[in-house]
Amino acid sequence: MSDVPALSGEAPLLSIRDLVTVFDTPEGIVRAVSGVSYDVHPGEVVGVVGESGSGKSVTAMSLVGLVEQPAGRIVSGRALFDGEDLLAASPKRLRQLRGSQIGFVFQDPMTSLNPVLRVGTQVVEAIRLHDRKISRREARDRALEVLKLVGIPNPEKRIDQYPFQYSGGMVQRVMLAMAIVHRPRLLIADEPTTALDPTIQAQILDVLREAQRETRAATILITHDLGLVAEMCDRVVVMYAGRVVESGGVDQIFHRPRHPYTVGLMASLPRLDGRAERLVPVPGQPPNLVQTPSGCAFHPRCALRQERLPCVELVPPLAQIEPGHRSACHFSDEVPTLVAAVARETGVALGRDLLVEPAVGEGEA
Amino acid sequence: MTGDLATMGPASQVPLPLHERSPKGTEILRVRGLKKHFAMRLGLWERHGDVVKAVDGVDLTIRSGETLGLVGESGCGKSTTGRTVVRLLEPTAGTIHFRGYDITHLSRRELRPFRREMQVVFQDPQSSVNPRHTVGEILAEPLKLHDVYESSGGEKRVQELLDLVGLSSNHAKRYPHEFSGGQRQRIGLARALALRPQLLVLDEPVSALDVSIQAQIINLLEDLQDELGLAYLFIAHDLSVVRHIAHRVAVMYLGHIMETGTPEQVYRSTGHPYTKALLSAVSIPDPSLRDARERIVLQGDVPNPASPPSGCPFRTRCWLADERCAVETPPLTDRLGDGHMTACHYPERLSPVPTGTPLAQ
Repeated sequence: MSDVPALSGEAPLLSIRDLVTVFDTPEGIVRAVSGVSYDVHPGEVVGVVGESGSGKSVTAMSLVGLVEQPAGRIVSGRALFDGEDLLAASPKRLRQLRGSQIGFVFQDPMTSLNPVLRVGTQVVEAIRLHDRKISRREARDRALEVLKLVGIPNPEKRIDQYPFQYSGGMVQRVMLAMAIVHRPRLLIADEPTTALDPTIQAQILDVLREAQRETRAATILITHDLGLVAEMCDRVVVMYAGRVVESGGVDQIFHRPRHPYTVGLMASLPRLDGRAERLVPVPGQPPNLVQTPSGCAFHPRCALRQERLPCVELVPPLAQIEPGHRSACHFSDEVPTLVAAVARETGVALGRDLLVEPAVGEGEA
Repeated sequence: MTGDLATMGPASQVPLPLHERSPKGTEILRVRGLKKHFAMRLGLWERHGDVVKAVDGVDLTIRSGETLGLVGESGCGKSTTGRTVVRLLEPTAGTIHFRGYDITHLSRRELRPFRREMQVVFQDPQSSVNPRHTVGEILAEPLKLHDVYESSGGEKRVQELLDLVGLSSNHAKRYPHEFSGGQRQRIGLARALALRPQLLVLDEPVSALDVSIQAQIINLLEDLQDELGLAYLFIAHDLSVVRHIAHRVAVMYLGHIMETGTPEQVYRSTGHPYTKALLSAVSIPDPSLRDARERIVLQGDVPNPASPPSGCPFRTRCWLADERCAVETPPLTDRLGDGHMTACHYPERLSPVPTGTPLAQ
């Protein structure tokens, strides 16, 4: 919306509004996404963070018609991609958009390629699928070019090999090559480095950065890794139990978080600099999405709740804290005090800005 | 506090009473020159394939109350090391002493009393428990197998164990699939603790868990160690987790330990290029450090352990390597005599950063 400003000042490329996606399971209806709204602007990298079951991937899958059928259903919402509602688009139109205007990279590279086809064949196929006029020879040249861009060594030889001859990191490079070959305007990367070893992760991130720079694609980076978000993203959307609980610029989220769950995530993280004496976990168990807790879904685990009624009865709206920064917490003005307490306990300067300049709410509670 | 653990006392060569508890800092496990090689079968009948040297000459010492963090990427041999030191796998060479007893080649029967003292916890305990057994039955099983169910208190001991890991007593009647990942790991821990072991091998115990739950289990592990004086061999690929929990750290690559020392030594005064690259690959959850950090992106993949490089195993990806590294395997040496050991010919060359790498200001 107008109060979620773009870095560039441009209109959003993608505008998701009130998306609800459910799954029918033997245990009942799972509300995987229950009213998600966020924007992605041209050229920016938006990190969508949350733990398993937060709905971060299902939201993205819903956009492009890849929600598992028949169990999954999009119940309501809109997703305007350059003015066109993706949720209302025909399957044929979505097929057109996928791979051309919207590129994808998924977590598990090894299951993403067809094992019995040469890598080159698959890249060429991806190219020709959205560019009927291109000849085989031209497509192959393009494939070589893009494989080189993502850092496949010796692409002339590698292009005729099969996926099993590639390592996980190499397959992920190929996936990235296929995702960007048509210069998509939107790139969705769902845990693109999670299955890889640290040194290979670093390689893929480099390629991702390079690809993003090269194509200027708006990017949705879906991840559970706050480190990755801090390193790659311009803006952050924090999700919990199918809802957005906080969104803002990367500095706002990391230096002055205003949702207790965001604070909980950061306080749970072991630090490479070894400064956390003791971790402060979020208590309790992940939410059951068949019976999502009433009111604020985070209330059973919240450090701020203190048996207050609004938390149990009312779903908190995603309200503006400052320009570009929103939090869905009834008591978000008490979060700075919580941050200070957590910082004392862990010895880590979480939410640095809050500590330097105690905001409203300090001293209460 | 970690320093005195590392330097405390000489190795105990005289066996200690096996089932007794020793004060914090007593050497529990001593592994020297451990090798575990696997023969790869090429086809159905040909048995003479390559040999994968999963573990190729590893030394480890773990003391009671202490956590040794073993880090490395997939295929480096860290899990094989963990399984071999507790004799779930038969070592190819080297020695393993537990409380001074040589257990390297003990038979299954001879190992029985040692099994009580050394337990393993895996990444997903779900795969190691019978899904048709209730949690109560799962926890009682090791006690019954070792004929101590009645003597340890029977059902009361099961309740005690649940309590110890933060589960409630009514959980005993439920089945593993009814629990979330974090709770299942608590069950796995409770089962491992049933026989009151002295050493736990924790193989990626928190890698499958979400951050908020991971922190719960890490805190639980720390509390249990304090309470019970346990020794941990903590195997993980996550350097931040290891930094947090370990008193000493060993970094593995292609079956070899490349660097070992206190977390302070390994993470702050890094002495091996591989460790340096690993550390630089970890992203830090602080956007203000984004451009301030030195980043080293290694070329290529880990070599095939069936045909490792000659000389230093890391040389094919190392920016410091020269001819000497191809010929001579650098031994793990303690250069300053402070217990910080590195296996590199050119640790002094480490400070200059490879070209093309953005430098910290």
